[in-house]
Amino acid sequence: MNEGAVRRSLSPSLDDRSQTGNAMNRFVWSLVGGRLLVALFTLVVVSFTVFCATAILPGDVAEVLLGQAATPEAVAGLRAAMHLDEPGFLRFVRWLAGLGSGDLGVSYANKMPVTQLIGPRLLNSLKLAGVTALASVPIALSLGICAAILRGSLFDRLLTFGVIAVISVPEFMVATSAVLIFAVHLRWLPALSVAREATSFLDLLRIFAMPVITLAFVISAQMIRMTRAAMIETLNTPYVEMARLKGASPARIVLRHALPNAVGPIINAVALSLSYLLGGVIIVETIFNYPGIAKLMVDAVSTRDLPLIQSCAMVFCVVYLLLITIADVVAILSNPRLR
Amino acid sequence: MTMVGAIPLPFHFRINLVGLLASCTILLWTLVALFAPLLAPHGIGEIVDSDYFGPMSAQFPLGTDYLGRDMLSRILLGTRYTVGISLAAVGLACFTGVTLGMAAAVAGGWTDTVLSRFLDALNSIPSKLFGLVVVAGVGSSIPVLIMTLAVIYTPGSYRFARALAVNVNTMDFITVARARGEGVPYIIGSEILPNILGPVFADVGLRFVFIVLLLSGLSFLGLGVQPPNADWGALVRENISGLPFGAPAVMFPSVAIASLTISVNLLIDNLPRKIRDRSA
Repeated sequence: MNEGAVRRSLSPSLDDRSQTGNAMNRFVWSLVGGRLLVALFTLVVVSFTVFCATAILPGDVAEVLLGQAATPEAVAGLRAAMHLDEPGFLRFVRWLAGLGSGDLGVSYANKMPVTQLIGPRLLNSLKLAGVTALASVPIALSLGICAAILRGSLFDRLLTFGVIAVISVPEFMVATSAVLIFAVHLRWLPALSVAREATSFLDLLRIFAMPVITLAFVISAQMIRMTRAAMIETLNTPYVEMARLKGASPARIVLRHALPNAVGPIINAVALSLSYLLGGVIIVETIFNYPGIAKLMVDAVSTRDLPLIQSCAMVFCVVYLLLITIADVVAILSNPRLR
Repeated sequence: MTMVGAIPLPFHFRINLVGLLASCTILLWTLVALFAPLLAPHGIGEIVDSDYFGPMSAQFPLGTDYLGRDMLSRILLGTRYTVGISLAAVGLACFTGVTLGMAAAVAGGWTDTVLSRFLDALNSIPSKLFGLVVVAGVGSSIPVLIMTLAVIYTPGSYRFARALAVNVNTMDFITVARARGEGVPYIIGSEILPNILGPVFADVGLRFVFIVLLLSGLSFLGLGVQPPNADWGALVRENISGLPFGAPAVMFPSVAIASLTISVNLLIDNLPRKIRDRSA
């Protein structure tokens, strides 16, 4: 009976709270929804840019394909068959509709459907990216967090210098230095020979080692920098100072007070750093001759195989957009002021 | 870098060693870019060694390349392409970006929204990929490279300048200028620009580093400066087969790039806080 009375007296306030909670939730979800809409809009602009850069600019594809000996009638016939005589915008819409339904067109170079060419290569690249992420995320996060805690110490300064050094040199320098150190001087790994099948686990390890080491350096540098910044920001908040004043141990301050609040910014940093994989992957796959989608695209550029280039470019843009959108959405969701 | 619009305080800020060293390196590369043909001991295409991938020696301080050409001369002469193209691109990108950014902040409303959305969308194409796609479509030449690099880095510069200009735009002196009936060109040129100049210069420096890295990356992929000319990235590419022997020809062009980019970064980091920070 007593309990019922208490519940009755509490219920209005509970209702209030859940209502404001709902309103707040609706606000957060509308922010997230807005971000997703922006991503969709961006995707359309990006695809338009990719299409423009490759298809509308000079060079007539039909003439290139048929070679110099082609008669004007043959060229005109091919142009009509490939819809090249239609206005650019119509071609763009047709191409976009094709992309949406999974039809990526046919490669000019070897007449194979682009989907078949890209599929296995994409899988290879994802493997490389996955192994790199698995190897570097834990290391980079702990280094970044340690640097933030030991801010100003020798460790922090050395690490920061190393990070700046890696960030301000081109990826190919990281790769060539890795080869010089691990293959030429230490002789642990083969230098530049990757293009073969892996027969054993050890083989697999040797194939993956150099590309993964290079990529790990590149993205770890970014991740350490951003994690350190996010953690320092959290450590500067009043509630951490409060915890310090009330005499909490350093470990407790970091693990119990600072870290849970830094999780959002740190995930944000990880997603952003992973987007640096895309730039790195283009260089690394070229240097180490790794059969991934970036190598496919660089080769397609040298043969001017436009459908293949467009599709690879779209794959890259979608992945990139996905990563930065995830980073933004996590940033919105993890901000307690918005929740 | 001189302060603009502030009380002259010539040597008030500490000149620190790192900043000084960095400025010297940058000055050195600038001089090399200007006077390379006078400095280079050998001609750029001259085959001077019978051996290829020669080691460092008194005659060839940085070794020889895959055809037996003097590496030092090739790096010195490559400076022009790397520094020149990057400077032209960064100038173009920052001029466009900063002007548009200030104009968007002052104009506000529709202009601002449309410009910001569009440039943000452009910004979500990975830079190296953008370069690849354009080169695939148009082919590579120096003007195309400059334009492409400029287009890639305009959105970032726009976003930075707009963020700064929005803050200045709320100040009273802007309201006064508007009340006087001044137009947008006057407001952005005479009222906003002098107040954001310091951070904008720091941003130009950072963007210069990005552009040098991207240009080197594209040249390394064979899509940048085309033979017989070679910038530092292209030098690494043409000598990459010497990597398994640890030839100096592979490493030194990279070292040149690193010395330039790290110096610019360190110089910006060691600028007096007043110039560098956003709150100009």
